[in-house]
Amino acid sequence: MATTTKKPSTKAVVQDAILYPLDWLEERSGLVGGIKYFLFRKVPGDINWFQTLGSATLTAFIVQALTGSILAMYYKPDAKDAYSSIQHITNDLWAGWLVRGMHRWGASVFIILMFMHMGRVFLFGAYKYPRELNWIIGVLLLASGLGEGFTGYLLPWDQTAYWATVVGININGTAPFLGPFLAQFLQGGTYINGDTLSRFYAIHMLMIPGAIFALIGLHLYLVIRLGVTSPPWSKEAAGTGSIVKPSSNGRSGLSRFGRQGR
Amino acid sequence: MQPHDETPHVPGPSIWPVGFAVGVVVLLVGLIVSWWIAGVGAVLALVFAFLWVRDLTAGTPLAHAPDVPPESPTGANIPADQGAAALPPTDPSERYPRSKFLEVSTLGLGAVIGGLVTVPAVGFMIAPAFLKQGQKDLDIGPITDYPEGKFVVATFMTDPGAGEVSRRTAYVRNNGQLNGQPSFTVISNHCAHLGCPVQPNGPLNENGKKQMGAVTLIPTISIAGFGCPCHGGQYDTEGNRTSGPPVRALDRYSFSIRNGHLFLGKPFSVSHVDGTGASAKIHKWTLSFPGEHVDGIESWLYPIQPPH
Repeated sequence: MATTTKKPSTKAVVQDAILYPLDWLEERSGLVGGIKYFLFRKVPGDINWFQTLGSATLTAFIVQALTGSILAMYYKPDAKDAYSSIQHITNDLWAGWLVRGMHRWGASVFIILMFMHMGRVFLFGAYKYPRELNWIIGVLLLASGLGEGFTGYLLPWDQTAYWATVVGININGTAPFLGPFLAQFLQGGTYINGDTLSRFYAIHMLMIPGAIFALIGLHLYLVIRLGVTSPPWSKEAAGTGSIVKPSSNGRSGLSRFGRQGR
Repeated sequence: MQPHDETPHVPGPSIWPVGFAVGVVVLLVGLIVSWWIAGVGAVLALVFAFLWVRDLTAGTPLAHAPDVPPESPTGANIPADQGAAALPPTDPSERYPRSKFLEVSTLGLGAVIGGLVTVPAVGFMIAPAFLKQGQKDLDIGPITDYPEGKFVVATFMTDPGAGEVSRRTAYVRNNGQLNGQPSFTVISNHCAHLGCPVQPNGPLNENGKKQMGAVTLIPTISIAGFGCPCHGGQYDTEGNRTSGPPVRALDRYSFSIRNGHLFLGKPFSVSHVDGTGASAKIHKWTLSFPGEHVDGIESWLYPIQPPH
């Protein structure tokens, strides 16, 4: 073309510099669109602050996961060293008292927020069709969170931790039929011993957090798929919007709806 | 016979090669591990090879002509690229299609591999908590350290290598002689409610403390029973529950005396004790977790105890 090429403005250059890598990523993965779809969803107009309790719980869990991973760098899950390593974290290491405190108090915050979130869902009727499954996943998350509390309580390995766990395990032991087996499994033997500590550490550190991550993934997937409930005082009745129809591609042949929708 | 010369002979599907392959694998593993596993593998391979060969020969003209009805003449009116004629010719003996076999074998193989990985791992997680739980008899000192008629607080380690975590406490009382044999009352300090450590209700004679390796003995001056600090369970000097939440009497240890030393054996649970001292009648049960009834209708809730 014969027209003189105008020098692009600084703003355009900056915009280009920002957008180029995003476009590059989007073209190859669709991730940018996916994150936009996740973050910029349509929610009911009269939504309420109470509906942020779920996000708050998620934040509390992320804090627990982060501080817990870092505490694990200094903690020694061994009957002889556990208590002294906790003392070392709290008294000697820089900001150790702070990170341990975040994890210790954050645990209570996490549990309290879970219950508040649960209460909000209950009082708003947000557990009703079609969100029953998300309530069930939430209950599993609550149970996992309480399991984290139970297993984490032993790790300081002081007198409180020890005897609280003795009592907790023996409460499990009084469950009918399989209770004694459950208690002995948790203890890793007839009595609490060094294996109990390592076992609780592994459950606290790896097993339950893995389950929680997976369950949170499912929980959020259903929130995105089904949308956010309107508050009970909303002018628009909740759930009037169309539910996403199951796709009718090949794999949905496994579900009854997919078959009928063909 | 049908003129099926155009279609090459394909042997019918068969499950036997899978067994044959398993047999060969067992045989090869057996060569490394043990001769009798190799023998088992050889037998498996031979049996399945025989079944496979029998299947192969059964459907071929070598054995006999298959009993196949002639093809339906109606198929001829439909153009060859449409309808049933366009489908690959189906062998009536093919009751079990190849795709189905592949699906089942993929799932089956996946299940086998999954099981091979999961079963040992999960077993390793669970089994050690239940196997080899017994402990050796523990020497808690010469019987002369146990004055007659007084409880002595004996603390000891069941596994000194594991350290303080294995420390246990028993309340030991020398009952004097019973039928010419020394008699002892050895009460475990695990509360029968939820396992907290019960304490003697009365003063200890700290000056009489004796330390012998991992064993510590502190005589009591005079105690009126035992009490639990956690939830208030109370017991008399025989370990019978007198008040509070416990569901049975305190557990006891069996004991033996060797070379004048008192040895603690296996602990056991006690529903209640009649009488006192050497003449007490102890109602023994297998060791149960705290909070479990060992007698009465509630004990039906705990039909089996894990091996202790």
